[in-house]
Amino acid sequence: MPSTIRVRAISSGDLTEVQALIQHPMDSGFMTDAQGATIPAHFIQELTFECKDKKVFVADWGPAVSKDPYVKFSFKGAAKGDDLKISWVDNKGATDTITAKIQ
Amino acid sequence: MTGEVGFPVSRRLVLKAATSVALIGLSGFSLTPIPALAAYDKYPEDAFKQKSDAAAIKSLYGGKAAEASDKVKLDAPEIAENGAVVPVSVTTTLPAVTSISFFVSENPNALAAFYVIPEGTVPGVANRLKMQKTSNVIAIVESEGKLYSATREVKVTVGGCGG
Repeated sequence: MPSTIRVRAISSGDLTEVQALIQHPMDSGFMTDAQGATIPAHFIQELTFECKDKKVFVADWGPAVSKDPYVKFSFKGAAKGDDLKISWVDNKGATDTITAKIQ
Repeated sequence: MTGEVGFPVSRRLVLKAATSVALIGLSGFSLTPIPALAAYDKYPEDAFKQKSDAAAIKSLYGGKAAEASDKVKLDAPEIAENGAVVPVSVTTTLPAVTSISFFVSENPNALAAFYVIPEGTVPGVANRLKMQKTSNVIAIVESEGKLYSATREVKVTVGGCGG
């Protein structure tokens, strides 16, 4: 199965800019389907970015984050070729992880 | 309601929007170590369950009050045509930032996202939020243990007419 995480991490000088796009329904639990049945809440709760065994960014999300969430941030202390590990876990316990090379 | 009826946004469009967000300034970033704050390694379940923004802020930060600050730059559209995907970002020149959070006051649960900013990470984040209807969006930046906020109203239109 292809990864749900697409990430681009680009190093420029001292800074590494990270953009991540994750495939996830992010169902809020407030919506109903065509038959009027409530679609149960299903959303990513925690998204973690690690570089050199150090957490560089942690997102705690509720169901108000848009479907197929996108996030962008920058951090210091990494160089081209370093590994950036990204992982998420949702409210049903599902999880996915990817390791990307910083470009 | 406006919820998630939106059409899929093409990846190209998304990346275009993303790259157009300016790089975050580093000025004023202090390297002074500050005491590690407890509880930030845990998902703030309780805060996400609170209905109002005030209750969520209280649950997240204890009794601390946020002070409005022009050093917190909250970028959000004035009018969002699609409440399912509202691009919101925040940057700040405040020093020693440890967390950034986003609240949508009129959503069923106000807290939308909470970000832990470790030392060495630029205090700024861009993300996309859902908005049920026209509402204030509040960003709170935690700097040197104090809370600073910025608020903007985002009008959510339904079917492209009026707000």
